[in-house]
Amino acid sequence: MSHYAYFVAGWLILIGAFGIMRSKNLIQSVVCLAVAQSGTYVLLLSIGYQWGGAPPLFGEPATKPNLHVVDPLVQAMTLTDIVVSATVTSMLLAIAIQIHKRHGTINPDELNAIRG
Amino acid sequence: MTRTVRYVVFGLGATGIGLLGVFAILKIPAFGASSHPYRDASIPAAVKHATSNVISSINFDQRGLDTLGEESIFLASVLVISVILRPAGHETERRELSEGRPLDSTVLGGLVFLPIVLIIGLDVITHGHLTPGGGFQGGVILGTGIHLLYVAGTYRMFEKVRPVRPFEWTEAIAAGAFACLGISGVLVGASFLANVVPQGVFGDLFSAGTVPLLNGVVGVEVASGVVVLISKFLEQALTVRSDSGNPQGNGHTSRETKTPDGQHP
Repeated sequence: MSHYAYFVAGWLILIGAFGIMRSKNLIQSVVCLAVAQSGTYVLLLSIGYQWGGAPPLFGEPATKPNLHVVDPLVQAMTLTDIVVSATVTSMLLAIAIQIHKRHGTINPDELNAIRG
Repeated sequence: MTRTVRYVVFGLGATGIGLLGVFAILKIPAFGASSHPYRDASIPAAVKHATSNVISSINFDQRGLDTLGEESIFLASVLVISVILRPAGHETERRELSEGRPLDSTVLGGLVFLPIVLIIGLDVITHGHLTPGGGFQGGVILGTGIHLLYVAGTYRMFEKVRPVRPFEWTEAIAAGAFACLGISGVLVGASFLANVVPQGVFGDLFSAGTVPLLNGVVGVEVASGVVVLISKFLEQALTVRSDSGNPQGNGHTSRETKTPDGQHP
């Protein structure tokens, strides 16, 4: 099946969203978001894949530059994606700490009071 | 919204997105095909600037502006976390901590692996334009590797070895240096973040022009940023305590309004 990798990516994004939806713990929600984001890594890398392609790294005299490699552009985008994902995760965890301090709970179902 | 309603709403939305995704996936080019126009364009551009690692060439040379944005995102997130996690008015930092001693095997492991991890981090940064790796990856290795000292020692000892203030300065200076390297391209008459440094021989350590310089700057920034970031979380876990002993004195109200099953009233 030639589209298998794309379906894995879509499945990861949806199952991550499902986890966020049913989560009863903010830390778990953050981890589920990381799962959903990893779906985007799989999607990007599978778009750039080529059967039998080498990594896009060259060095003389071992490998002369050639075009029979996997797409480097999506790999560079995946790196950006991972950096953004890491910063988002760290910020959400910091917010979870503050929520626990102010409300005494990290269960999103119990966070129903609006407080200034 | 009860949990059942939430499940139904999610189910409808997920089914819709899932179906759209299936239709979209069936139409896109097959996995592993050989048509990659961006690859065909970016590899000659990387070779022209003597960069062995095409991914580094894209990140720091061909699309350097995007990476400036990326490291600004990182800088901003460290800033935001420093603001969110600062000790509030009702909190104080405990000065004395009752800490036990780590196991002898932990101390030995930490001290053996610390130099190894630091050397690997520096290696990943300095060879970012030749082999897999670069400033972001090596910076994370360096920034987290320093914390082996914390694992192998006590927090108070670690705080003396790693004062946060210089790392905050280093992070800001390194982030500015990236922009300055970009502006230097404008000053010599080329465009912003242009590769104006002599590019050397393909595959050499001193090749690829500005790519290793930007890699180094980003490495320093990410390493210092990670240290500042982890220090804020460690402070929260270890030293910051509320004065009243009760989270802001109103931590219980949300529990009182809770209805059975955790449903909203």
